[in-house]
Amino acid sequence: MHRRLHGRAGYRKVAGVTVAAALGLAAVAACSSSSSTTASTASITGHVTVTGLCAPPSSSPVQYKEWNEDVAIFEKANPDITIQSIYSAQCDIPATLTAQLDAGTEPDVYEVYFGDLDQALDAGQAADITQYVNSTTVPVLKDIVPSAMQSVTAGSTLYGLPIFNYTQGLVINRQLFTQAGLNPNAPPTTWAQVETDAIAITKLGHGIYGYGDYSADNNGGWHFTSELDANGGAMTNAAGTTASFDTTAGVQVLDALHTLRFTDKAMSATEALGWGTLQKQMAAGKLGMYIAAPDDIYNVIVPIDGGNINDYGMGPLPSVSGTPAGTLSGGDDYLFAKRDTPAQIEAGIKWINFEDLTLGQGQYNLARNKAVGLPVGFYEPQMFQGATNTAYTALLNKYTTINESYYSTFVNANEKPDGQPVDDQALYKSLDPVMLSVLTNPNANIPQLLAGATSAVNQILANSSGG
Amino acid sequence: MADLVTLPQTPGSRPARRRTGAGGARRSSAHSLNPRLRRHLSAYGFLIGGVLCFALFSWYPMVREFIMSFQKSQLGVTSWAGLANYRRIFNDPTFWTAWRNTLEFTLLALLFGFAVPFFVAILLNELRHAKGYLRCLVYLPVMLPPASALLLFAYFYDPTYGLFNDILHTLHLPTSQWVLSPGTRWPTAAMISVVIAATWMNMGGATLIYLAALQNIPGELYEAAELDGAGIVKKIRHITIPQTRLILSMLLMLQIIATMQMFVEAFILDGGQGVNNNTESVVYLIYQYAFAMSSASNFNAAAALGVVLLVVLGAFSGGYLWLTRTRAHLSRPRS
Repeated sequence: MHRRLHGRAGYRKVAGVTVAAALGLAAVAACSSSSSTTASTASITGHVTVTGLCAPPSSSPVQYKEWNEDVAIFEKANPDITIQSIYSAQCDIPATLTAQLDAGTEPDVYEVYFGDLDQALDAGQAADITQYVNSTTVPVLKDIVPSAMQSVTAGSTLYGLPIFNYTQGLVINRQLFTQAGLNPNAPPTTWAQVETDAIAITKLGHGIYGYGDYSADNNGGWHFTSELDANGGAMTNAAGTTASFDTTAGVQVLDALHTLRFTDKAMSATEALGWGTLQKQMAAGKLGMYIAAPDDIYNVIVPIDGGNINDYGMGPLPSVSGTPAGTLSGGDDYLFAKRDTPAQIEAGIKWINFEDLTLGQGQYNLARNKAVGLPVGFYEPQMFQGATNTAYTALLNKYTTINESYYSTFVNANEKPDGQPVDDQALYKSLDPVMLSVLTNPNANIPQLLAGATSAVNQILANSSGG
Repeated sequence: MADLVTLPQTPGSRPARRRTGAGGARRSSAHSLNPRLRRHLSAYGFLIGGVLCFALFSWYPMVREFIMSFQKSQLGVTSWAGLANYRRIFNDPTFWTAWRNTLEFTLLALLFGFAVPFFVAILLNELRHAKGYLRCLVYLPVMLPPASALLLFAYFYDPTYGLFNDILHTLHLPTSQWVLSPGTRWPTAAMISVVIAATWMNMGGATLIYLAALQNIPGELYEAAELDGAGIVKKIRHITIPQTRLILSMLLMLQIIATMQMFVEAFILDGGQGVNNNTESVVYLIYQYAFAMSSASNFNAAAALGVVLLVVLGAFSGGYLWLTRTRAHLSRPRS
């Protein structure tokens, strides 16, 4: 019937306009999804392009050059694969990733944090790669630590590959410790010691502060979680259904920070700080201590912010007891877009295996890192166990350029990784205002703040479980 | 000479030879349909382009947002959720805080952002020298990208290294935490700081519009007032304000709609929430729902809050227009 109507002379113009409009819209749609179109066309002709691999930006010239060398080597060995990188210091920006997943515009292979798989699955944007990953395509598969594999697995289905795993400790500025008459080989382990050392460092003057912490961009909640874990607390109950941070452990952490800021005046009045700020202060010699994973030193403070590798060391996370009960652990994964062709998935896995999961290559090319002057020897990423871990430790010992004793108390503490809480970013977001209030309000009512955040988090968790 | 006199015509109008009887008018209308279409073809072309743009980029997203606010998405499947998203936002403890903060910003922005440009425009209008230079100076901040202007203020407000605290310190006055002030009692120091930055950024545009309106006021009115012994305050009250009433009321409505959508100011100055959520706005809450919470992010809840904001602003605009129309009607001189 409709065909007949369109066949009438009077409808020809309408049909013409409709077709033209449809073609126009199709052209617009094609523009907005050019990467996938290019990729699928390429896979048909035998050539495959993979977009989205997270590469160091040109502001880190040494790592940038290394990455491009690796891409050239890989593409020469695999002439049918083209790697299109995203050059960025932070490839997973939560707000951007959320928008991309909801719009279905994420790259072919995209980097996420350990807690992000649920979001990708909810958006229907994670491809099942179980059939493509085995001991042939990823030889170290059996030795990847279970907590990292868990971050890319739902049920028995594999959706990605982990590439980085971290735990956190207390980064110290050894030079400031020495100037303040403190022993840099014995970083503080209790909050009371942190307070004493921070006061001594702050007394150096010239805008130097003993301790720093985040309170913006979800980083405040992120650090609070780690400090809470170290103090024996947990963000949620084991089932992840209710908040559990409004406890003595949580109050003690916030009390310690509030005392550092207002009683000791050992923290700056400039707060609402997000990721990247404390690293700069540390590199500039203006900050004595803050908590972080070791890669802050060798990936940011030294190569980007211009710090001197010999000025830094690490201890375990501070706690009231002096022995951290645990630490927030996390890391980075690569997931695959649902629209990826089998050829793109295979090519992506091949690249990840080459760059991120093979000792002696890519991020584990420690000989090259040493040759170009990058610091080598940090026990990170903590990706492997068994034989692969033994081989990695041997490799680290062979090429190390750092003074390992500067990090011995952190390594010896062997902190228990606690993973990320359920709905991690939402929980961190809810705790940011608590951290900000504690660090800016001399009269902050800590129990009231924790009670308010508990109510907000409980609602988030209820919505989550209720769908 | 009389033959040369013609009736004034609006551009594009035709001579009045179509004025015939009723039958003639019908006949003429039937015959002139195609030529009229032809004559206005280019106008229709432009109209279609504009309507299509609005339909695609304004009206469709609004309809889509409304539909999304009643849906939920899970595992890539979208289904109807009834009022669940609305229940979620109304049960959120920060929902009312965000509305309270938004109203506070709107009221303060009216106080500062509405009055200051008006008085600056009066001042500029009275000046006899360096007029162009000063107008340029007043408008300059509008040309700065908002992010740059706000980063500048973020530096001014820095409690440790900021310019404002340096000045206060030099004058032996107590310093402030500015946007990081913890208070939550109206008006908060944090919100006043945000409003000051917003006013500085945006006042140039309003000032120029007021200035244009002021220059349309006949000088004779002021001369007559001066002869009657009116001072500057009386002249403003009895001449300037009544003569610029239409512009003032239009800008008032536009400003309220704009300030109710406050987002970027607090987002850059203090991360969006402020201490004790004292600068968290409704639009920031929409952003949080949509993007900032990873797996708990929810476009549908964000859409529900967007619809609530749309309804509030729509009701306000409708009410405002109705009120101002009624007043115009009442103040019309009776014949």
